[in-house]
Amino acid sequence: MSAPADETLSADVLVIGGGPAGAWAAWSAASHGARTVLADKGYLGTSGATAPGGTNFLYVEPDDAKRSRMVEERLASGGGLSEGPWIYRLMEQAYLNIHLVEQWGYRFPLDEHGNLYKAHMQGPEYMELMRRVVRKAGVHVLDQHPALELLSDEHGVGGARGVNRLNGRSWEVRAHAVIIATGGCAFLSKGLGCNVQTGDGQLMASELGVEMSGMEFSRQYATTAAFGTITRNRLLSFASFYNEQGKLVHEGGPRGDHFFAVQLDKGPLFAQLTHADTPDKREILRASTPLWFVPFDRAGIDPFTQKFPIAMRYEGTIRGTGGIRIVGEDCSTAVQGLYAAGDAASREKTAGARSGGGAYNASWAIASGTWAGQGAARYAASQKVEARQRELRPAGRHGLEHTAVTTDPIPVREVVNRVQQEMFPLRINYFRSEPVLAASLERLNQLWPLVQGSVSPGVTAAVQSREAAAMVVNARWMYTAALLRKETRGMHTMAEYPVADERLAHRLLLSGTDRITYRPEYVKARGGSVLPPVIVKEGQPI
Amino acid sequence: MIELVSEDRCITCGLCVRVCPTNVFDSDDNGLPVIARQEDCQTCFMCEAHCPADALYVAHHADEKVEVEEADLIARGLLGSWRATIGFGSHGAVSMAATDTTPILRTMRASIQSERSV
Repeated sequence: MSAPADETLSADVLVIGGGPAGAWAAWSAASHGARTVLADKGYLGTSGATAPGGTNFLYVEPDDAKRSRMVEERLASGGGLSEGPWIYRLMEQAYLNIHLVEQWGYRFPLDEHGNLYKAHMQGPEYMELMRRVVRKAGVHVLDQHPALELLSDEHGVGGARGVNRLNGRSWEVRAHAVIIATGGCAFLSKGLGCNVQTGDGQLMASELGVEMSGMEFSRQYATTAAFGTITRNRLLSFASFYNEQGKLVHEGGPRGDHFFAVQLDKGPLFAQLTHADTPDKREILRASTPLWFVPFDRAGIDPFTQKFPIAMRYEGTIRGTGGIRIVGEDCSTAVQGLYAAGDAASREKTAGARSGGGAYNASWAIASGTWAGQGAARYAASQKVEARQRELRPAGRHGLEHTAVTTDPIPVREVVNRVQQEMFPLRINYFRSEPVLAASLERLNQLWPLVQGSVSPGVTAAVQSREAAAMVVNARWMYTAALLRKETRGMHTMAEYPVADERLAHRLLLSGTDRITYRPEYVKARGGSVLPPVIVKEGQPI
Repeated sequence: MIELVSEDRCITCGLCVRVCPTNVFDSDDNGLPVIARQEDCQTCFMCEAHCPADALYVAHHADEKVEVEEADLIARGLLGSWRATIGFGSHGAVSMAATDTTPILRTMRASIQSERSV
């Protein structure tokens, strides 16, 4: 057991995470009458993969034929693991909420027909707006308050505790319902905005017995200038590519699926934006994706006239698909009072076996946050005993001061480096094959005892030790699931099994942290009714 | 990574310490932000975007230190350049969202794709 917290709060709903999913969840919970607290590891407005750059959204006009066609295409590419009614619902909810974003004051540009173009948003302005929306809804926002573990009793979850990174004091929030919106896990790869997301929420949920689903669908990298972090790929459509000798290897236009991985596996690869060959075109590229140019301008490289080296950064389950298994239409999990939203949750219901990257995941953050917020608010309203009167216990089991089983300090840097050595190489994680993954999983399993050690003094060590434990367990789930899926389906490939196996046309649910077990979940892709969207009162300018 | 806090420009508001998503800064006894954990910087440029005094500089390299000179950065117009591009602090006179050329970019991309596939 651990000591009482320095600061305590009580609420109906606690949202953990302040990226888009957490923001929408907190807004939705508060708008449904719940006293809501949002605790973020960083800062609501800058945290998460969305805030720094631009993001596409699924924004489809309510045209039945068009939506049906898109749902069918999506079902077909999802390897039989997505569900039609959820895709419909996602489209409708994202469409309605993006209207609210417009009413709140986001300044969408015009398209060539003079209509507002709402399928793309610039992250800094979007998330700055969401911060104001959340605060105006009455949410109590706790920035720089990483959650370290959940609280629970026989009735389910009842809050969380963590530490304030600015003053080192511990905090505890007791709440009837908790929404995990901590994002995916990218193993500190420095993909744009990805380093806040170290899989903490997945570990917290698993410690309460919640299953993970789809962790094998995590073979996702993004290209960037080799020195930089701006993992927004679209401008590379305007590039030609060269090898180290300066020989042209691709002159632009359509590329094969594996182009970057295959080329970078051979050796260094260089790009130049040769297809943006007039001042007008160059201005359009700049104004569409301004952040992409910042590292170039600072390095003194002109990407239109000079070649620059490119690299791939791993995006883990952020642009992958796996995460906390959702069981209810309100994004509830198998534990009473616990909900998941955004990239912390499995996105298989809408993405299936493919990447939900870009538009789908960004819209999923909006929709799942909205659904989870309503579900959590309703659940909280149905509870009779005040959360602060329950006999709640800290539920963390790994990487915490009170869970240490040895006195050896957790070697955070060593563990992180060794996890990255297993997760980042294309030869292990991209070109997947059975013996290579099996050997890697064995090495990852050897890291697990290291994160059961003691925690060095100080707030940074407390947070980073827990992150190290979360990254090791997420990596082990990923390769455990990958090895179970002896086939190629969606984004998961296996050299020995190059085609889909119909006997594996099911999801893989994993449970446990010390010992990982699994079971299949069969999916009905069609049928069932589409739930109506959540409607919150009309938005006013914020 | 973050390379510079301009003591000359800093107004010790503490905002960068609060907004950094990966907790790179500490405050010293005078309230001045200190780059305490540079290795944790994810090169997301968000601190610069929020700095009201244009006192911060994030260099282009994510994994290696880059030597910078404040006078040189000012001469090149780089201190505060990202905040100016977004339009933060401009009270709406500048908005990266409002001037987003994504709709035209999509058309241009589509034409490269089809031109090259024939």
